[in-house]
Amino acid sequence: MEDKTFTISVYSENNVGLLNRISGIFLKRHINILSLNVSESEIENVSRFIIVVDTTEKWVKNIVGQIEKQIEVIKAFYHTDEETIYLENALFKIASSLLFDEKQIQNIIKESQATIVTVSRDFFVISKSGRRSEIEELYAKFKPYGIMQFVRSGRISVSKEKMEISTLLETFK
Amino acid sequence: MKISGAEAVIRCLLAEGVDLVYGYPGGAIMPVYDELYKFQDQLHHVLVRHEQGATHAAQGYARATGKVGVAIATSGPGATNLVTGIADAQIDSTPMVCITGQVGKHLLGSDAFQETDIIGISTPVTKWNYQVTEASEIPEIIAKAFYIARSGRPGPVLIDITKNAQFDEFEFSYEKCSGIRSYIPVPKLKLDKVAEAAALINSAKKPFIVFGQGIILGQAEEQLKAFIEKSGIPAGWTILGLSALPTDHPLNVGMLGMHGNYGPNMLTNECDVLIALGMRFDDRVTGNLKTYAKQAKVIHFEIDPAEIDKNVKTEVAVLGDVKEALNALLPLIDAKSHDLWHNEFKELHKIEVESVINEELNPTNGKGISMGETMEMINKHSKGDAIIVSDVGQHQMFACRYAKFNSTKSNITSGGLGTMGFALPAAIGAKMGRPDREVVAIIGDGGFQMTIQELGTIFQTKVPVKIVILNNEFLGMVRQWQELFFDNRYASTNMINPNFVAIAEGYYIKSKKVTQRDDLDAAVAEMMASKDSYFLEVMVEKENNVFPMIPTGACVSEIRLS
Repeated sequence: MEDKTFTISVYSENNVGLLNRISGIFLKRHINILSLNVSESEIENVSRFIIVVDTTEKWVKNIVGQIEKQIEVIKAFYHTDEETIYLENALFKIASSLLFDEKQIQNIIKESQATIVTVSRDFFVISKSGRRSEIEELYAKFKPYGIMQFVRSGRISVSKEKMEISTLLETFK
Repeated sequence: MKISGAEAVIRCLLAEGVDLVYGYPGGAIMPVYDELYKFQDQLHHVLVRHEQGATHAAQGYARATGKVGVAIATSGPGATNLVTGIADAQIDSTPMVCITGQVGKHLLGSDAFQETDIIGISTPVTKWNYQVTEASEIPEIIAKAFYIARSGRPGPVLIDITKNAQFDEFEFSYEKCSGIRSYIPVPKLKLDKVAEAAALINSAKKPFIVFGQGIILGQAEEQLKAFIEKSGIPAGWTILGLSALPTDHPLNVGMLGMHGNYGPNMLTNECDVLIALGMRFDDRVTGNLKTYAKQAKVIHFEIDPAEIDKNVKTEVAVLGDVKEALNALLPLIDAKSHDLWHNEFKELHKIEVESVINEELNPTNGKGISMGETMEMINKHSKGDAIIVSDVGQHQMFACRYAKFNSTKSNITSGGLGTMGFALPAAIGAKMGRPDREVVAIIGDGGFQMTIQELGTIFQTKVPVKIVILNNEFLGMVRQWQELFFDNRYASTNMINPNFVAIAEGYYIKSKKVTQRDDLDAAVAEMMASKDSYFLEVMVEKENNVFPMIPTGACVSEIRLS
């Protein structure tokens, strides 16, 4: 079985220590987490983890089984890229002088549909949401001019299909 | 009524029906010990000699009684010393609640004296853990701890209580936990799956049952027996399933796995339907998965959804409580006998008797006492009624292969984790849990020295356990592998041992050492007749090997007889 990118979604109680418990499941299997995002879900007091890994379907099934077994986990799912709508967000901090000296920069921003978050005397910050490849492309375009800081968020995603969790969570309200 | 957090801990334990706890005091747990002192007529505390002993004793108690074992320790080293026992309980699904003291909430993260992150350390090896920092949390958390430890697939829970939470007072009330919204302990049984399983079983020509500890944990021994007897299907067991079915039952065809019996291993790869009941296809049972029962359709009765298809692909998975599932299955099963198929097991058993068992039980060529014949001697005097607690290694395999059992919850051993040092403290717990039964610990000279200090607990509590040391002056199982797979290079496996009898006598435990075969019978008889604890050291043949054997990575049907 070959490695594929899987997005694991975990609905859980919002408790101290659960992140450690979940990440330990990957550690035990020597599987690297590519990205991790934890936030509130559509239901109050229910957290949603989005974890991206490259592994085989056999392993991802095993991992999801182990995650779901944790007492405070309500439900866990895994999806392939084709089964989800997903994106990441990135921030670029760039020297303000470049905005005026290098006309090309303005074109890059326009073409990439990035937005300027803030501009100050010394630097400006650009935000870009999208697929990893789009962010990497933008990074490559800015690189020659010099990037003061760069940060990219973990993947966030929603499934195309309805998740059976929705009805389960209704009972929690 | 306002009481302290520490008193609340005791009242919660009492409310959960606990009357016995194992532990070791220390700074951060002192308020709880102060309350243990006040409640000593209702809650008996056994002072062990090392916190690891507290966990194994709690495990032995849990395995012998089916109740939750409880261990208490202080923060820092007290807590970290629990970890081996917790890991053992996790992999062997033993219900246990551990309570640790922790530095005060205001000191958390300050590297205070005896502060350690026991929540972080124990997370991968607990079913659940929680740090209590407010006294008022105690009742709800302890109620949850017991509910989680004993429900569904049981396991260990650790509750870490900061010192301020033990001192602070609050309005106490207790309510048992009856459910947690994010936790489904027992999946709902699907009757259509039971029917599918029944159809497959009824159509099978060569069906084979393999059962594990799930039968014992699910209290389904009677259902198992009824299923086997009605269907006429031969049944083999994992070492944690041992004693769920009497060893002399005609359809009990023996032990599975690496050092199991010849028939059940060989025929795993001949059966057409493999019915797994409450077992998890551990690698020591399956050998090479690529060649394990590939010809068979597998039916898996299991409480834990994560076990389905984890190691072996199933045809029909019956999730749920095994007792309920077997009760539903039984009326759907055709009454049959599979004599020809059963005979194949018997024929293979004959081969094993001739090539392995006879020599083990009656060694020739002037060989010293064997572990197998010592077990046989214990059988003779226990009549199969004793609880046998074994440690880890060659003696464990001999104990599991040769011990006779009439009743369930009688074989207590460290299976999944393989924890040397388990047996001595576990035997203490087993005997305290079942004072009506004879408890015999079978231990090697290596493992004995890992928790030897618990002789002190035996002396102080006068718990009448029987201790048999099978001394071959080697770490025998590792030596066997060195002989077979490392060209006889005995790296650090020979043991220069002290005078064990003198040590036991130092603890005022009646002792005897046997070096000659002719003295074995009388010594075992004397041990079994003793009303007090008894220490019996048996000097056994130094370089005996356990056979049959499935070498690591080999296929179950490549089992070797020599």
